[in-house]
Formats: sequence, C-alpha cells, structure tokens
Amino acid sequence: MTELIFFINQVLISGAVLGSIYALGAIGITLIFGILRFAHFAHSELMTSGAFFAFLLAALFAAWGIHAPIPTGFVVLPIAMVISAVLALGIDKGFYAPLRKRGAKPVTLLIASIGVTLMMQGLTRLFFGAGTYSFFETETKVLYRFDMSALGSTRPLVITQPQVLMVLVTIIAVVALHFFLTRSRLGKAMRAMADNADLAQVSGINTALVVRVTWVIAGALACMAGTMLALDVTLKPDLAFNIILPIFAAAIVGGLGQAYGAIAGGFLIGFAETLAVFNWSTVLKPLNAVLPEWVHLPANLSLVPTEYKLTVAFVILVVTLLVRPTGIFKGASS
Amino acid sequence: MALIELTHVVGGYGGAPILNGVNIAIDQSDIGVIVGPNGAGKSTTLKAIFGLLKVTGGTIVFDGAEVTNSLPDKLVPRGLSFVPQEKNVFTSMSVEENLEMGAFTRKDAFGDTMEWVYDMFPVLKEKRNQKAGELSGGQRQMVAMGRALMSKPKLLMLDEPSAGLSPRYVIEIFETIVRVNKEGVGILMVEQNARQALAFASKGFVLASGQNRFTGTGPELIADPEVAKSFLGG
Repeated sequence: MTELIFFINQVLISGAVLGSIYALGAIGITLIFGILRFAHFAHSELMTSGAFFAFLLAALFAAWGIHAPIPTGFVVLPIAMVISAVLALGIDKGFYAPLRKRGAKPVTLLIASIGVTLMMQGLTRLFFGAGTYSFFETETKVLYRFDMSALGSTRPLVITQPQVLMVLVTIIAVVALHFFLTRSRLGKAMRAMADNADLAQVSGINTALVVRVTWVIAGALACMAGTMLALDVTLKPDLAFNIILPIFAAAIVGGLGQAYGAIAGGFLIGFAETLAVFNWSTVLKPLNAVLPEWVHLPANLSLVPTEYKLTVAFVILVVTLLVRPTGIFKGASS
Repeated sequence: MALIELTHVVGGYGGAPILNGVNIAIDQSDIGVIVGPNGAGKSTTLKAIFGLLKVTGGTIVFDGAEVTNSLPDKLVPRGLSFVPQEKNVFTSMSVEENLEMGAFTRKDAFGDTMEWVYDMFPVLKEKRNQKAGELSGGQRQMVAMGRALMSKPKLLMLDEPSAGLSPRYVIEIFETIVRVNKEGVGILMVEQNARQALAFASKGFVLASGQNRFTGTGPELIADPEVAKSFLGG
C-alpha cells in the first residue's frame, strides 16, 4: 500500500499538474494555428511573461498587506491574464498583423515568432536578470497530508495547495472554453474560421474580430499555464522556453487546430513524461520477497533518466506522425 | 432601378485583368444566369461583386448604393449572399451550426429564417445535428444554399451550383433555385450546364474573354443560332 501511495504522489499528482500546464499552453498554440495557420513559437514567452506579471502583482499585493487563504499567485491570476491578453494582442498588431497584410507565408510568420521569442526573452532578462524567483518567499506553500495508515500505508498522501488549485483552475478553464466554442456565436465563428477561413469570410463573419478573440484566449491561457508552472517549481526567464517543445508535441499529437486534441495531447505527454522518469524500483520493492535470492532489483529503475525527459515527448510525437499523421483528433495536416 | 448593376467592370488578381468590361443588371424578381467558355471570367465576375478580388475600373451598384470593392462583412448585411463552388460548407460543424454561421451578421432572432430554410430543405432538418462533412454532395449543396439564405438576402449568387452533382440532383437544385426566387430572392448564378440553366433564366449573359458577348432572356439566347453554335455546343 505504501508503494501505491508513493505512485500516486509521484505520478498521478505530478502528471496531472504537468499535463494541465501542457494542455493550457497547447490550446493556445492549436487555436492560433487553426485561425492563423502558423506555429506560434513565441508562445513560451507569453507564458513566461504572464508568470512574471503574476509575480509582480503578487509582490504588489504582499506590499499592500493583502493576504488570502490561497496563494497570492492565484488571487492575482485573473489580472495577470488580462495583462497577458493585451500583450498578446499588441504582439499580433505589432509583428504578425503587418506580415499577414502583406500576404506573408506561414514560415515567415514562424520565423517572426522566433524573433519575438528572442526579443521577449532579452526583455525579461533585462528587467529581472537571469536568477530564479519563488512565489513562496514570503508565504508558505500549504501541504495537505492525508494519513493513509488506515489503508496500511506508512507514507501519507501529499499534495500541495497550489497543485489542487492548478487542477481545479484547469478544469474550470477547459469547461469554460468548451462552452465558449460550442454555445457562443463568437466561439462557433472561431471554429468556422479554423474549418474554412474563406467560407467564414464569405459568410460575413468578422474575421478580424475572431483573430483578436483568438489572441485574447491564447494569451490568457498562456499566462495561466506559465503562472502555474512558476507556482509549482520556480520562476526564471527561461521558464517556459524549456517546455515549448513538449507543448508543441502536445498540440500536434492532439491534432493541430483541435482544442480538445490539445487538451488530450497535453495530458498524454504530461503523464507519459512523468511515468517515464518514475523510479519503479520503489514500487516493485515488495517483489524482493518473492524473487529468488540471486535477483536484485537495481536501485534506479526508471525508463528514462530525468535529464532525457524531453525525448519522451518526441518519441510520442514521432510515433503519432507515423501512425496517425493528423493527430488523435484529426487536425490539419499542413 | 435594377437590384444590382455592374457597369463596365474591369478587374483581376493583379497582373492582366480578367474582366475587361462586364455589364450586368438584374432585378430582385430575376434569375440571372452567366454562361460562357472556360476562362471567360464567369466566376471572377461573382467574386468581383463580392469583394474577393480587386475591381480596378467600372462600378458595382447594389440596392441603390455603390459597393465597388466592398468586403463580405459589409455586403452580407446589405442583403447579398454568395455560395462558392467548392468547399462551401463547414465540414467539421453540424448542419445547424452551418446555418447559424450564415446568420452571423444578423443582430435579430433568426429562428424563423431557419424554419424557412428547413421547410425548403426538409432533409436538412432531419440531419440538423449531423456534421456537414458527412453528407452527400447534393445535401452539402443544400447546406451551402441554406447557409447563404440565413442572412435573408435580396440577391443570392451561386457559383456553379450543379457542378459535380448527379443528373437527379442537378434538376433538384435547379428546382430549388426557382423556388427560392419565387420567395422573393433575386438569383445570379454561373452555370456549366448552360442550356439547362438558360431554360429558366429571365436574364442570360454570355461572357467571353471577360466581356459581354450576348445578353437576353434565357430562351432568347438558346434560340439565337449564333449563341447556340459558339457557346452551347451547336
């Protein structure tokens, strides 16, 4: 039983948190691809800058003496999301919209987004240096420990308050997005434009408005994902840049342009990565009793060493592209 | 005063113009049919009206206002709708959602219009929750027309509505077009099945090399030996 609790602590909880972060990032990438047909590389910087906005706001709140029963990072999240949405709109207006107006190819926009990535990373370093920050310098991370001795476990079930909130916030965001896309006029117009942009225009749909809404949603969700990542680990200038590749993998595995696919892909890759680096030796320890004397379980029995965690996303990506090139939820193949 | 009037329209996709002075005038009671050989500028004429390519000369007046080079999001609320030839449904969306998208520019309730469309195409009501991509070619064409009718247009433009359909569906689509016209919607369409379409056209336009060659009622054009010889295959 101790082993099972260990498994839940190490895999289920971490996987759900990582999956939430990947899913929220991948939704933005997939929506932008669906509407504007280009891979938005600078999404990582929207996530990182979003986390820094939340961090600054949290510091401000702390200075004003505002305290809440939940981490300040979550209290300020809605404000930070609004700022990030405005930033995303500004980036589009400043860099991508002029290119689109000249009829630039998707690859040109992709390169432009790499440029935006470098620029924003530079700006972040200029203001915050290369160091790491923590949301929990002034407040403590609340741990929930559930005594599992009744089930015969010597280990407690441990989950941090931010982790609980992260999963909750992700569920709320995903449900809200679902209702937006299937019930609202604008959400349906977004799906229509992702399906067939020319016909959307011919139908009189205000495509410029749809583009703006897409950036608002993508920017806000990126801020949410970045802030969560910073709350779960630490905040640093290359926070999200390090995970942009698994996020892209999640969007592609789910089927580009498919919001639900991005969610599925995010959790798939999140859990796969967590499972791959999980040390099975602890869980398999009880087997030592039944195994013959001469067999010894090695101390480290993970599929992939932690440093190679990134490769997991790529293996899944390559397998998906070989078996089902359009992704789980039949997305755009281009 | 005609519902739509094109006066010596010149335009193209940049480079040499494809339209070299097209004149078209039809009323709301009309069924206008544009015929002509490949590359004559038939579809291009519809796209020019709908702001999908640059008009460099001439004027387009719709419902009393000049709309030359206006974009669809301005034209649709004015009462102009367009059914493209290909990729004319949102394949990943349900039939009903396709229709809703046609009403995107409307601020008022459009439940009545949807009933009107369902009355015209009962099969769509049956399949209202099915994805448009799963329907047959003829049914898709109905979804496409239904979508365009959802904005309650004064003029419906169709680009080769019968293309790729089986003969049975061609007749059905043409019958529907006549019925839509009887409900007070002007029609302007491009057709490959020239003889069949001109038979019920109140205005026919024969285009060649981006210019009007012959203009008359449909039956007149069919009866004209020169038109028949050059454009209707003898």
